Amino acid sequence: MSKILMKGNEAIAEAAIRSGCRLYFAYPITPQSELIEYMAKMMPKVKGTFIQAESEVAAINMVYGAAGSGKRVMTSSSSPGISLKMEGLSYIAGAELPCVVVNVQRGGPGLGDIQPAQGDYFQATKGGGHGDYRLIVLAPSSVQEFADMASEAFDLADKYRNPVMILADGMLGQMMEPVEFKPAKTDAELQELANQHLSWCICPNEDGAKKHHHEINSLELDPQVLEQHVLGLLKKYAEIQKNEIRYETYNISDENEVLCVAWGTASRVVKSAINEVQKQGKSVGLIRPIRVWPYPYEAIKQVIGKNVKKVYVFELNSGQMVEDVKIAVEGKVPVDFWGKVGGVVFTPAEIKEKLEECF
Amino acid sequence: MEIIAKRPEALTKEPFHYCPGCMHGVAHRLIAEAIDENGLINQIAGVAPVGCAVFAYKYFNCDMAEAAHGRAPAVATGIKRARPDMHIFTYQGDGDLAAIGTAEIVHSANRGEKISVFFVNNAIYGMTGGQMAPTTLPNMKTTTSPYGRNVDDIGYPIRMCELLATLVAPYYIERVSLLSPADIIRAKKAVNKAIRYNKENRGFTFIEFISTCPTNWGYEPEQARQWAKENMLPFFKLGVYRDKGEGVE
Repeated sequence: MSKILMKGNEAIAEAAIRSGCRLYFAYPITPQSELIEYMAKMMPKVKGTFIQAESEVAAINMVYGAAGSGKRVMTSSSSPGISLKMEGLSYIAGAELPCVVVNVQRGGPGLGDIQPAQGDYFQATKGGGHGDYRLIVLAPSSVQEFADMASEAFDLADKYRNPVMILADGMLGQMMEPVEFKPAKTDAELQELANQHLSWCICPNEDGAKKHHHEINSLELDPQVLEQHVLGLLKKYAEIQKNEIRYETYNISDENEVLCVAWGTASRVVKSAINEVQKQGKSVGLIRPIRVWPYPYEAIKQVIGKNVKKVYVFELNSGQMVEDVKIAVEGKVPVDFWGKVGGVVFTPAEIKEKLEECF
Repeated sequence: MEIIAKRPEALTKEPFHYCPGCMHGVAHRLIAEAIDENGLINQIAGVAPVGCAVFAYKYFNCDMAEAAHGRAPAVATGIKRARPDMHIFTYQGDGDLAAIGTAEIVHSANRGEKISVFFVNNAIYGMTGGQMAPTTLPNMKTTTSPYGRNVDDIGYPIRMCELLATLVAPYYIERVSLLSPADIIRAKKAVNKAIRYNKENRGFTFIEFISTCPTNWGYEPEQARQWAKENMLPFFKLGVYRDKGEGVE
């Protein structure tokens, strides 16, 4: 299939449909509007469901119902709207339901602005909603990767019965890049997907079969029983940490004196800056977490064990992922942070200057 | 020996946890009987609320989802859209439906979602210990309106049937009472009709039950029913507010 020039918001919507998503519930918000509009246009063409919900809260609870019915379902929003979805996400995680949530981040806090930012890292990776739970969080850095993450996200959600967030930003949502799509699921594959959760989800009782009573629920008043349930979740999260860490290395070698860590849009700028300082004979490597939960602590640990004198973290926030980097580094080398807040994106020249100061 | 009354198939064997004199058990039974009588036991699923009926998911013998407070109609929307061949109902109290869940009930009704909503109005928050509800009557004392509901300060009770009847889409809206055996027989007919319309995918159906809370009102069950007849029924008028099947618009 040939490449198409497309906005990230449209690419993720198209890729979700190709991945078998036939239910989408959302509320309009900038800078993700192209996503909801694409779904409004395309869902009827594939006999899918599109509902513009009355609120983000209603949208995520429609997701809860559809996910509890064992079907592939997605919602999307941007930062302030994602905050509203946090109640529902906690219930979805507690009830162990598979779904995909896209966050096209913008500047905050509060109403903030509508420019690209990475200020929702803590919310996505450390909680956001109440209680002990985790989202699997995928962090794309290009339109192609944004699209590719759709099928990955649905597969992970189905495999672990856990909500998966794709943590993008306004830059990736609005930017046009060439994208190549995977073939759409065939009818046979869609049928297989439709049947994979019948042992626990809301579904009709087959004639003559033993009557089932499936409960989609996160309530348990007996603390000992709830403890066992949460311990079960923790076991699942440990399994996810064992199997599902993904990161990219860029210019990593034994000669690296500085190790950069950056994710999403920020990592693209850092790569450009690394190319520049490399010309001056300065060895700088980059680790880019492709998934920010589970986090690649071990990968960072291994690189700093070599020649690295300093770790430099660049983010489009006031310093959030840097806390995970510090956990990985364990104080063995200094960890510096530089970022931009309020929806301002740093330039390669600014990062280059910061890197040059390290030598 | 001939069996003339038995537990409906649509109820599990789980014993109800409700207080003595509470009418939730009656409302549950009416819905379960309607499911049985409409032959829907294998195609129906329900959504339980937060409130006294939070454990309704244990009681109905079909697939059930437990929703966050007020969100049952949104959850039911998600289920119905994902499984259009199934028939979905919610069961909600007054705090759940008419306070925190106002947006969800109004908009699911406005979309004409093909679901049934069963709304139990006893003018108080039961589970959390007797706080003021959106349907608490003027001057009625609760733990959060200890001097009586002051309508100048907090407004009047919300009449949900009347409010929803301003919308075009809803198919059937009726308010019934559980305050006497005769009322319960009338309520049974309304519940049956709602479930039948649901089976036929006619549209959004809404039944409000006027009920009591002897525990938090501080009355004996019979006194509570009497109080409700004298105080609730004049404000919450029983009747059919919409029935497109019978030409009531």
